[in-house]
This record gives sequence, structure tokens and C-alpha cells, in this order.
Amino acid sequence: MATVTQSGFSEPSLLAKIVSRPTALAGLIVITAMILLSLFAPLISPYEPAQLAVRDRMQGPSMAHLFGTDDLGRDIFTRVLYSGQTSITVGVSVVVFSTIIGVFLGLTAGFFRRLDAPVSRLIDAMMAFPDILLAIALVAALGASATNVVIALGTVYAPRLARVVRASTLVIRELPYVEAARALAVPTPVILVRHVLRNVTSPLLVQATFIFANAILAEAGLSFLGVGISPDIPTWGTMISVGRQYLDQAPWIMWFPGGAIIVTVLSLQLLGDGLRDFLDPRLAKDV
Amino acid sequence: MVRSALNRMFGMLVVMALVVTIVFVIVRVTPGDPAAVMLGPDATAADIASLRQRLGLNASIPEQFVSYVWGIVRGDFGQSIFLGQPVTQALLQRAEPTFFLTVFSLSIATLIALPVGILSAYWRGSVFDQAATALAMLAASIPSFWLGLIFMQFFAVKLGWFDSSGYGGPGASFGERLHHLVLPAATLGLISSALITRFTRASMLDVLNDDYVRTARSKGMSEWRVVGRHAFKNALIPIMTVIGLTAALLVSGAIVTETVFGLPGIGNLIVSAVLRRDYPVIQGALLVVAGLYVLVNFAIDMLYLIIDPRVRY
Repeated sequence: MATVTQSGFSEPSLLAKIVSRPTALAGLIVITAMILLSLFAPLISPYEPAQLAVRDRMQGPSMAHLFGTDDLGRDIFTRVLYSGQTSITVGVSVVVFSTIIGVFLGLTAGFFRRLDAPVSRLIDAMMAFPDILLAIALVAALGASATNVVIALGTVYAPRLARVVRASTLVIRELPYVEAARALAVPTPVILVRHVLRNVTSPLLVQATFIFANAILAEAGLSFLGVGISPDIPTWGTMISVGRQYLDQAPWIMWFPGGAIIVTVLSLQLLGDGLRDFLDPRLAKDV
Repeated sequence: MVRSALNRMFGMLVVMALVVTIVFVIVRVTPGDPAAVMLGPDATAADIASLRQRLGLNASIPEQFVSYVWGIVRGDFGQSIFLGQPVTQALLQRAEPTFFLTVFSLSIATLIALPVGILSAYWRGSVFDQAATALAMLAASIPSFWLGLIFMQFFAVKLGWFDSSGYGGPGASFGERLHHLVLPAATLGLISSALITRFTRASMLDVLNDDYVRTARSKGMSEWRVVGRHAFKNALIPIMTVIGLTAALLVSGAIVTETVFGLPGIGNLIVSAVLRRDYPVIQGALLVVAGLYVLVNFAIDMLYLIIDPRVRY
């Protein structure tokens, strides 16, 4: 569990640090459980997500249907698990997409002095748009589909990552080992990847965890509004949107997908908080 | 100070220009012909040609950009395709519910967050602090539309204390309209209070350990005065920043909440514009909301300059 650093000090691994903090550990366990439950949905649930049973419509939670059934008699537990596949996949894809763009912009702004001002202003301008608003405008322009939701949310969150990467790059750029690499005529792309990028992974990982959480909330919002992923694909947001129509007769239709969102987002926030304390203690006091 | 203010103003104008450009680009990244997309599959070639003419899409991109910027300068955001009225008029007609919703939500959020954040910092590590921190994190994890529906189910459907949707109709009194805003404002206020609570706590923790606070205590000053007059006053700048930014972000929260509660505000207008692909409305709303955000940021920076003379831009 321990790695020996160049200075000879023994430093516990990231996993050991997370284990030492109960809230972060709880976050890690719960998010892992949510991912596994979604992945193995076909093995866990005896029903199909689209399996209709009109005679059993709007049944409350019972042993046969743990979370009850919806307006078409579909098993809500099954649909919550399958919806998790979509929501979590979108969340992960948004993280990957925004990281690629954010790292590129952040490294460019932080490393090349001449490009810093224009790229930073672009980042500022992108951050002036509230996330849901920019996302729905982009989805409206590109067309509603899962891929376009990922592109839209990735574009929304990329500037946040870019800011973090830029700030770290500005510091790392001035460090002696980067100067030494420059003096040795190491090509700039190699310096950027080997010396700079490697050292910004900690703040990047912390931000990525929070963006994962935000992306799940935002995707649910877009699906709820009917401007995101096609309503035919079950997502937590569309399930709540359906449940909204039966608020007085079968409120459990919207209780459980909402609960799934809260559990997933909360676990990511707990994990992110823990990671921030270990990896980026300067930021820990801010929030 | 004047130099700093001018520097910051120049920065704001550059960001504003970029915001305008981004909005222009967003509407033009639509795959295919935007006029055909807006009118849907049943539109005839003549309809599409006429709309292209109306939207000025036949001009070259630079020409379109110039006429779009010139329109903004004159306060003209174009004509809504489905409402048949200027976008500026559509936005102004729906501004009232959004404005009061934002003010009401922000008041609720601040009234919860300031005392909770201050006491959390004062009793750091206590059961109160841990409970408040946990609740703030929970509030930040709840989708606003879901919380809105839960409130609606309990307070409107079950208890019948409030109407579940609407804004009281055209002849409703101010009091009736405010009554319709209670549930949406409570929803947004509770969720926004999470961020303000965390910032208040962090800012107070920063100043509570400072020397002047210790000095004030050693002089025998009452704890109430130490916390209220000395510590809180100095923690106020970051707290004001986050309250200001929350106000701007609440407009975004209003998009979802207004839809849940059927409030005829700007949020609702945006969602119906997106569903009907009414691009001029989307474009106008994006500009107004992002412009407000930039202005709020600028106002906060100016306030910093006035409050703290050490600040330089």
C-alpha cells in the first residue's frame, strides 16, 4: 500500500488514503456499487426494462416489485438499474470529453505566454453561461441525442477543467526541472506531456470527480425537460418526468429515480471532497 | 483604483464580445439548414425560403454577424418565430416571475446559509457543524426538479396549502402571485443555500483564527460582538461574491423550476423555445443571461475595489 518517493519517504497510496477517511471510503463504495448494479442489471432484475404489464400498473412497492410499477406496469427497480447505465455512461463520457478539451486549453493557456490572454478570455466567456442553459442551447442546435448531450455537457464543463489545468501549469512552467528540460532542448510536446501534464493529474482528478457528479445532475435535468436523450431510452430524468404526471396517484414513480440520482451524486461529492483533501490541500479550505 | 477599474472594464468588454460571438456560433452549428430545422419536416420549400429571408440567412456569415451585432447594440434581438413578437418584448413580458423567483429564492438561501455557516464555523467540529456540512452536501446533490415535485406532492397535493402550478392568472393580486412563488422559491432557495453555507463557513473559519479576532477577545469583548462585528465583517467579501454569483446562477435554476411549477417566466420561455427550435428566442435568452452574469461579476469586482483598497486588477 506504500510507495517510496525519490526523497526516500514512504507515502501511502491514494487508495490507502481514501480507506483512512470514512466519508471518502463510503463515497467510493457507493459509487462502485451503483456502477456494478447498473452494469449487472440484466442479472439482478427478473424483469425487462420495457416489459409491459398493464394489469399491474401503478402498483406500490412490494416484494414482487421492490420500487413498485409505473403507468404501464413496468418494474421501476429494473428501470432504475437500466437507467443508471445511461446516466453513468453519459457522466463518464462527459468527463472524458471535457478533460480532453480542458487539458488542451489549460496547457495552451498556462504554458504559452502569448496564448494565455486570448484563451483565458475565451474560458471566462464560456463560464459566463449557466451550465443547463448553455447545454440546452447546444442540444437545441445540434439535435437531441445521447452523443450530442455528451458534446454539449462536455463543452460546458471543459472551461472549468481548463482553469484548473492553466493555474497548475503556470506554476509548473517556472519549476527548475521544466527549465532544465528546455535547456536540454527537449521538444515542447514532450515537456508538456511528461513534465507538466503528469503533475496536474491531482487537481484534474479532483475536478473530474465533481464534473462527473454535475454531469449526472445536468443530464437528468435535460432528460426531465425533454430536450436531452430520446424519451424511449430510460434515464433517471425521463423516469421522473413520467412520474410527474402521476404525482397524486403513484408518487413512487418519481421517488426512486430521484433517490438514485441523489445517492450517486452524493457519493461522488464525498469521494471528490476526500480526494481534494489528499491531493489538493490548498483548495480544501475553499469549500 | 481608477486604472484598476478601467482595466477590469476592458476585460469585461472583451468577455462580453466573446459571449456575443459564442452565441452567434452556437445557433449556426446546427447541422443542415436552420430554417428547415425550425419549421420541421412538413414545411414547403417556399416556407423555408421565406424564413431564410426573414432571418437574414441568405447573407454571408460576416454580413450576418455584423447585422446581428448591430441589432444587439440597438437592443433588438430579432423576432420570435412562433410567438410573432420581438424577442426583447417576449423576454420583458416574462421577466417578472423570474425576477421575483430569483429574489425570493436568494432571500431564502441567504437567510438559511448565513446563520448556519457562521455557527458551523464558530462551533467547528461540533455535532451542529457536522450535521450542517452533511445537509449542505445533501442539498447540493438533489436535483431541483425532483425536490420541487416532492414539495408539490406534499404541500400542494396532500396538504392543499398551495396551488401546484401557475402564477395566479392575469387578474391575480401581487399577494396571490407571491403565494404561487412560495414552493418554487423554497425549492431553489434550499438547494442554493448549500453553496452559500459552505462558503460562509470557510470564510468565517479563515478569519476566526486571525490575530485581530484574538485581540478583540483578549480585550474582553463579548463573543457576539467578536463574531458579528469583527469576524463576519471581514469574511463578508467572499460571501458576497458567492451570493452574487448564486443570483446569476439562479436564473439557470429557474429554467427547470419554472417548468416544474408552470410559472410563465423566462425559464419556461427558454424551454418552449428549445422544444420549438425558436432560435431567435434561444439566442436572445442566452445573451441576456450570460450578459447578466458578466455584469454581476464586474459589479462584484468593483465592489472589491471600493471595500478593499489593496485589490488591484
